[in-house]
Amino acid sequence: MSLQYCADPSLLHGWQWLSCYLLTPKHQLFYTSFLVVFALLAITAPVVLLLGFAGAMAKRSSFLPLRWFGSIYTSMVRGVPDVIFFLFVPIALDQLVEYARHKIKCPDITAPVYQGSDFIVCAAAKMPTSNADAWVHQLWGFSLAVIAFSIVFGAFAANTIHGALQAVPHNQLETARAYGMSDSQVFRRVHLPQMWTYALPGLSNLWMILVKATPLLFLLGVEDIVYWARELGGAKTSYFEYPHPDWRLWYFLALLVFYLLLTWLSGKFFARLTDKFSVDKSRSKANSIKPTLIGIGR
Amino acid sequence: MSCVQIIADFGLRSIGIGERILPKKDISICEQIVLIGSGMLWNLYFAILAVVLGFFLATALAVARNSNSLLIRKPADWFVFLFRGSPLFIQFFFAYELFSVLPRNGIDIPLVLTTITIDTSWLTKAWLGALIVLFLNTSAYSAEIFYGALRAVPKGDLEAADAYGFSGLTKFRKIIWPTLLRLAWPSYTNEAIFLFHATALVFFSGFPAWRQKGDALYYASYLAEKTYNPFIPYPIAAVYFIAFTLLIILLFNAANKRLNRHLPSNEQRRVRYKPNLVR
Repeated sequence: MSLQYCADPSLLHGWQWLSCYLLTPKHQLFYTSFLVVFALLAITAPVVLLLGFAGAMAKRSSFLPLRWFGSIYTSMVRGVPDVIFFLFVPIALDQLVEYARHKIKCPDITAPVYQGSDFIVCAAAKMPTSNADAWVHQLWGFSLAVIAFSIVFGAFAANTIHGALQAVPHNQLETARAYGMSDSQVFRRVHLPQMWTYALPGLSNLWMILVKATPLLFLLGVEDIVYWARELGGAKTSYFEYPHPDWRLWYFLALLVFYLLLTWLSGKFFARLTDKFSVDKSRSKANSIKPTLIGIGR
Repeated sequence: MSCVQIIADFGLRSIGIGERILPKKDISICEQIVLIGSGMLWNLYFAILAVVLGFFLATALAVARNSNSLLIRKPADWFVFLFRGSPLFIQFFFAYELFSVLPRNGIDIPLVLTTITIDTSWLTKAWLGALIVLFLNTSAYSAEIFYGALRAVPKGDLEAADAYGFSGLTKFRKIIWPTLLRLAWPSYTNEAIFLFHATALVFFSGFPAWRQKGDALYYASYLAEKTYNPFIPYPIAAVYFIAFTLLIILLFNAANKRLNRHLPSNEQRRVRYKPNLVR
């Protein structure tokens, strides 16, 4: 996609130059990288919910080791910055996978994998294999990022869901039991549906945090919007087709506006949803104090 | 090399005291613990200054948001929206670029008799530039918490204050503010913890580490890169962060006790350590 008058950029001026500049192939890659953000959100959000649910169930389990596991999982994000997980989980997973493949594919190599300052596995165990296409490497990197995000935010979600399960009034559950429902029936028919109204404020908060954490993809080496903003914004000498001074400020301003819009729209959406599902409409109107959200994730 | 020697060499490496060259190979566990610990100084520096300074701006912002005047309320609303609605990571990048386009040799402000030159070159350094961003960021988040608490101050308290003849600043200082702090304190504790965690982002965003003087996570990722083994440096950094998180909880709990000292012990609200996701 390119406009006709863009054939020779050096002759262009003003808005014509700008319109051609903004349609260069690299800029089109920049625009598509916004889809990476949405893809990450679309994939992680359901996984996060699922993990959060599993974590909350583990925390409620009557089996002690499982309960410990659930408690450790949900409390780890409270003491340790999420950035550490984002840096640690992808490398650690990468090495664990390669180590496992190394053990399976090359069982006759007995040398330790950590040699001095190297991590050495046999060629067949490399992940992805060295002859794989570039897109496989990209996809593998993105998948590791998705897993890291899911683990961290799953722990936050587990906190929320566990809290919401606790918040369901006891008499509702007792009433259900009095009607002769079994434990699993009480859980499925009363506890779980009632839980959602209590979990909604927390989950909407979690969504905001997830949105605001997406630029951290850049740290994981994914070619996301931050990557392209730095790449395109940097000063271009006359060697380039479209020379310009350092414009990173404007690119980051665009990202700032993009995120403000995204959180603003999400806020509107969740406000509507909360209105619809709020437990007691008259009370929520009278108590017009907005739930103060907390600053995790930033 | 003994561990004591390593502490002498690298204990204050993050602020430029001691050995200049970072360990490159055959890195021992002791070196990792000491180096990451020295990086922690930066995290503490950012967190303490940002929280202490942010506390005052946050109080001002919360009061401004509660103002009847549109001219005072709206700017405060926008400030909070700007910093809470966008990722801190992008704020760092943006601020760094903004500070770098400022003229290198300072801005001259002509006054009547003399000219003041404001040195702008410090702004692109992390110790000031990143601190400003963190300060504004935590102010916005804390202002939201304080504003919520301000709105929740019981009407009866205010009426009683009026009846006793309190007004203006005295009413705020003696009646509103203590109650505001009591109500906000549990959430504010969380905010302090998460701001402390956010300091780990500084050297991964726009602000470069000058002469390899970085924070705990900067050194952890450096060591993970050099040893190609993430399983040692990152857990060390995590342990440091957990330890200081517990310290923050301890300090804020003590403050909470003092704020609620007039209440019988069974009525005092405990600080909740979990993120208050459900409200």
